[in-house]
Amino acid sequence: MFPNYEWLLLLFPLIGVFINGLFGHKLGRRAVAWIACLAIGLAFLVSLSLLWAQLQLPEDASSTSSTLFNWMSVGDFRIDLTLLIDPLSVLMAVVVTGVSTVIHIYSAGYMAEDRRYSRYFTFLNLFVFAMLILVLGNNFLMMYVGWEAVGLCSYLLIGFWFERPSAANAGKKAFLVNRVGDFGFALGIMLIFATFGTLDFSTVFANAPALLPRGSELATALTLLLLMGAVGKSAQIPLYVWLPDAMEGPTPVSALIHAATMVTAGVYMIARNHVLFERAPGTMHVIVAIGLATAFFAATMALVQNDMKRVLAYSTISQLGYMFVAVGVGAYAAGMFHLTTHAFFKALLFLGAGSVMHALSGELDIQKMGGLREKLPTTYLTFVVGSLALAGVPLFSGFFSKDEIMWNVWLEAGPLVWVIALCTAFLTAFYTFRLVFMAFWGKPRDKKLFGHAHESSSIMTVPLVILAVFAAIAGFIGLPGGLSLIEKFLHPALVTPGVHRIAAEHGVIEWVLLLISAVVALVGIYVAYYMYVLKPEIPKKLAKQWSSVYTLLVRKYYVDEAYTEVIVKPLKDIGGFLASTIDKGLIDGIVNGIGSVTTGLAPILGGMQAGLVREYAFSILIGAVAVLGYLILR
Amino acid sequence: MVPVEYYLILSAILFSIGVLGVIIRRNAIVLFLCIELMLNAVNLTFIAFGRYLNSIDGQVFVLIVMTVAAAEVAVGLGIIVALFHSKETTSVDDINLLKG
Repeated sequence: MFPNYEWLLLLFPLIGVFINGLFGHKLGRRAVAWIACLAIGLAFLVSLSLLWAQLQLPEDASSTSSTLFNWMSVGDFRIDLTLLIDPLSVLMAVVVTGVSTVIHIYSAGYMAEDRRYSRYFTFLNLFVFAMLILVLGNNFLMMYVGWEAVGLCSYLLIGFWFERPSAANAGKKAFLVNRVGDFGFALGIMLIFATFGTLDFSTVFANAPALLPRGSELATALTLLLLMGAVGKSAQIPLYVWLPDAMEGPTPVSALIHAATMVTAGVYMIARNHVLFERAPGTMHVIVAIGLATAFFAATMALVQNDMKRVLAYSTISQLGYMFVAVGVGAYAAGMFHLTTHAFFKALLFLGAGSVMHALSGELDIQKMGGLREKLPTTYLTFVVGSLALAGVPLFSGFFSKDEIMWNVWLEAGPLVWVIALCTAFLTAFYTFRLVFMAFWGKPRDKKLFGHAHESSSIMTVPLVILAVFAAIAGFIGLPGGLSLIEKFLHPALVTPGVHRIAAEHGVIEWVLLLISAVVALVGIYVAYYMYVLKPEIPKKLAKQWSSVYTLLVRKYYVDEAYTEVIVKPLKDIGGFLASTIDKGLIDGIVNGIGSVTTGLAPILGGMQAGLVREYAFSILIGAVAVLGYLILR
Repeated sequence: MVPVEYYLILSAILFSIGVLGVIIRRNAIVLFLCIELMLNAVNLTFIAFGRYLNSIDGQVFVLIVMTVAAAEVAVGLGIIVALFHSKETTSVDDINLLKG
């Protein structure tokens, strides 16, 4: 094995950014796509080899770090550009680069008609680079740099079609809402520095027991600030509002950034800093509450949306809520497991939606679809696989990861939380298959759209098939009953001495819970089948009968409106006041005042300068006489 | 020996004539002559004081002043000739290009 080749992981995407960013407009489309895919593909191979190396290592030596160079050192404060290679970061790197590779290939087909082709791939490569910085950094500052850089890429790609005002606004919204969370995250990092005097993960974690008493106000404040960042980035209540709007970006971007990778950074961050979070039980309860509320409310909002990508967006928020619940109860491995499977099946669902959109010339309203399974067989099959995984049907990946979380919830948070999570699982199965049945089954509702529909080219369907395979089988790395490979793999990174750990033995209850949630998922699918295939008139009747509830859900609980009234409008008013009164009145007044004083003085002073030599000589004489007079009479 | 006050009075008179000339006369060449007159009035003071104080410094200064005056005449007359070429006049009242 070559020592220290981890830096290649960062180098390849960076090379892609440079070539495509600087020369992309001169290269042909094929070359741009090849460079971008190759850059990420090579990074994926590197991360696979790192994974392989990681599996060979003994458990107690699994965490290594390699310093590339000293970034800055100011007095005692020293930050190195160091890559941390441990099971957690390697798993994350494999997921990020793996899903990215597939989505890059898909993008080559999906964006084929776009005129800013090279710009798109530059941003996408830059995103992967930034995400890897976030994942592999061994200190909080590198993590923060990556954290902000992925936010930047997200902004650039949401607003990729910036000619559309809605896309430009969605990008701005995402950026600003994330800013709120990042503000807390930055404060948290500063508090860590103030407390520990360093930003290095290993030093901070090693000193945590001594400097951060369990349950102290300091620990709670610190973790709550970090949580604020996670809530913003991972689109949890109350900062989830940006994610549904982020669907204005190109669909592969939604799949990569807003489903598979960037939005899971919050979960990763909490898992990475679990040593700190374990010292603040209060924060852990907050995480569970936020995750649970988000999972449930996002699922209810997904029930009535008619935009295919928006349903998937709310579903993503809901699934991220699940992951938050998992890390909140201390089941970090379960959270990371769900993160992994979710990356596969949600990316698959988004790419499937993109394929449908491609076939229907950009139409995303499921009320205009129907019967598409004849026209789009590959898309249909892969979409169903993704839906089965999301709904948690036995043997598909989502089933194992979700039930791992559910079981941990039962053990740690009690039956009540479990029941809410179960209701959410039911809603998930229902809205997922509502999508499938409305889009792919029944009779075409819009004949003209249906007539033009066509299956996408193989450059788009092959990635779908690859992801479908993983969405189907990825669950087997986390089998229940103590057989979980992923838990064993992550064990050294996530279980540190002195940290509270779930110690219950795997027993009958686990299997009973598994059975119950499997039944719930199947019932959810059947209800969707009954309502949207057997009796298609039911949904309309229900909507009429419960019109107030229906409107509430369609308007998404009026949260956007409330935010506009309570936050956006007052801020705009303050901004307007500052602009019109303070800026125009005071600051411009000072500047203009200085200007008018100068112009007022100019004619007086100008008159003295007549250009006549004799006058000048006379003035000099008067001056000289005055000076002499003063000297004599003094 | 002639007292030093006589020299100083003479030099003050010469200097005042020079100043008056610069202020009253219009012809650039006469102006120039007046400036030379002022310089030489100062030279006279230097010499007088040098003699009075028994010091060589005054004469050294005079030599420097004369050198500078020679150089100044070369430049100044050049400017006047150039002005006459372009403006056809040597009256300083007609030359106010630097008017603010």
